[in-house]
Amino acid sequence: MSPARLSVVGVEPVGPYALVRLRRGRVEPGIPGQFFMLRPAGLLLPRPMSLCLAPPGELGFLVDPIGPGTRALAALEPGEEVDVLGPLGNGFRLDVARPLLVGGGIGLAPFPYLSERLGWPPALLGFRTAHHAEAAALVPNAEVVLEPTFVTERLEPGFDVLACGPEPMLEAVRRLTPNAQLAWEAPMACGFGACYGCAVEIDGRLARLCVEGPVLGGHAGCMAPDTAGGAVAA
Amino acid sequence: MILNASGCLDPLAAPDVARSLDAVVTKTVTPLPREGNAPVRIAETEVGMLNSIGLANPGIDRFLADVLPQLLDLGPPVWVSVGGFSAEDYAASCARLDATGAAVLELNLSCPNVAAPEDGATAIVAAARAATGKPLYAKLSPALPDVAAVATAAAEAGADGLSLVNTIRGLALDPATLRPRLATAAGGLSGPALRPIALAAVHACYRATRLPIVGMGGIETGRHALELIAAGASAVALGTVLFADPAAPSRVRSELAAEAARRELGDPAAARGAAHDMRQAAVATIGNGARQESGRVRLKL
Repeated sequence: MSPARLSVVGVEPVGPYALVRLRRGRVEPGIPGQFFMLRPAGLLLPRPMSLCLAPPGELGFLVDPIGPGTRALAALEPGEEVDVLGPLGNGFRLDVARPLLVGGGIGLAPFPYLSERLGWPPALLGFRTAHHAEAAALVPNAEVVLEPTFVTERLEPGFDVLACGPEPMLEAVRRLTPNAQLAWEAPMACGFGACYGCAVEIDGRLARLCVEGPVLGGHAGCMAPDTAGGAVAA
Repeated sequence: MILNASGCLDPLAAPDVARSLDAVVTKTVTPLPREGNAPVRIAETEVGMLNSIGLANPGIDRFLADVLPQLLDLGPPVWVSVGGFSAEDYAASCARLDATGAAVLELNLSCPNVAAPEDGATAIVAAARAATGKPLYAKLSPALPDVAAVATAAAEAGADGLSLVNTIRGLALDPATLRPRLATAAGGLSGPALRPIALAAVHACYRATRLPIVGMGGIETGRHALELIAAGASAVALGTVLFADPAAPSRVRSELAAEAARRELGDPAAARGAAHDMRQAAVATIGNGARQESGRVRLKL
C-alpha cells in the first residue's frame, strides 16, 4: 500500500468549488462512491475525497475550499504533485433498477462519475445559492432546487435512491426512502483503517467509516456520523 | 529496527504495511472491550495531529481468541500493548499473554485520552513483572515532570525497555465557533510538535537507565530517526506519518541507512548515544589538535 504521486493537470472553478484534475498514472478510478486520500506537499495529513470524474488518463476531484487542506488542494498549480492513495472503502452498489441520484451542495461530488457508470439516470440536486448550483452542470439530467426548497420536497417514490450530502439531508432522505444508499463523511487521518479517527455509529456500535463505508445501505440501524455535512472533509 | 507506534496501524487492515515493519505493535488491549470515545476523534493542527480515540479495542478475551492468532500469522514479531486501570489489570493481561507467541509486552502507562491508572508506574511494572517472563517495555508520557526518574523506577521494578514517548495532551478550537474540535475537548498531540519533546525524553532516559529504548514522536524522515537513535534509542517507531504515507517504513529505513552512510557510521545503530558523546569526543578531538570554534567542536555531521 503506497501512495502514488500524481501531477496536476489543472484546477478549474465550478461555482464556488474547484475541480482538481490529476494525471491518472496507474491509479484505478475504482467504483463510484469510493474515495482517495489526497495530500499536497506541506500538508501533515491527507484529505478524503470521492472521485468526481474519470475521463481517459485523468482523475477529477471536486473540492469545496473551506479549510486548510481543501484550500491547499484548490490552490494547486499545473505540474505540481499530489500524493494519492486509493481507491479506498466501499462505493455505491450499481445493480439498481431505477436509480435516482440525490445530492446536496458539495455532496454532488461523486455523481458525475456515478451518473456515467449508471447510464445518466435522473438526479435531484439541492444548493444554498445559484452560485453553488453552477456545479449542477457536471451532472446530466439534474433537476436543481435552491434553498429554502429542499430535495426531500421533490423526492418521489419508486426510485432506488443513491444520495450524498450534508448529514441532515441524508437523515431526511433515509426517513423517506429507508433503502437508499447513503454516502457519509467523517474526519479521517488515514483512510485505510489505521487511525480509528473516522468512527461513526453503525448498527448501534462505533465502527470505522473508511472500512465499513463510506457508502452505507441506509438500513434502519445505521446512525449518522457526528460530523458536519458535505461529501468532503476540510 | 523500525516498528509502528501503538494505535497507528491495524495490521489486519493493512497487512503489507505490517510486513514492511521489523515488528508490529498492537493497539492497546484492555481487560474489557472498549468502544472508544465519541466522535469527533481527530483534528489536524498547524504543528501536529490531535486524537482522542480512547483505547478502542475488543478486550483481552477476543484479542487472544480472534486477533492475536491472525497477527502472529503475518510474520513480523508481535508486540502487544497492554492497558488497564490498575496494577491488577495489567498483571492479569500479562499473565494471559505469557503463554502466547507475543514477542514483547508494552505497558501503556500513559494514554492521555482515558483516566490514568490508579496505581503508579512502578507498581504496574512490578505487578506485570511478577505475571510474565516476556520482555516488558514501559511506555511513558513526555508530560511527566521527571521522565528519567520514572524510567529508573520502571527499570528497578523489572522493565526490560522503554517506549518513548506517548502523545502529549493538547487542545484545538474551531476558529469560527471557538469550541473544541474534539468531542472530548483535549486529545493526544502527535506529529512534528512531538519531535523535540521525544528527543529530550529519550536523551534523559538513555542517560539515566541505558535500557533499550523504542524512540518515537514525529518521525517523518530517516534523519529524524537517526536523531532519536543518537539521543539513545535502540529502535524507532512510526506513528502519525503512517497515516499520510503507509509506505513510510521502507522509505525511512532507506533514508536512515543513507544518513548513517553519509556520516560514515556503517550501521545506523552505531549512532546510538552519539548525542551523549560530545564531551568525550570533544576532549579526544581537542587533544588531537582538531579545529575548535567558540568553545564547540565541529564534528563531521
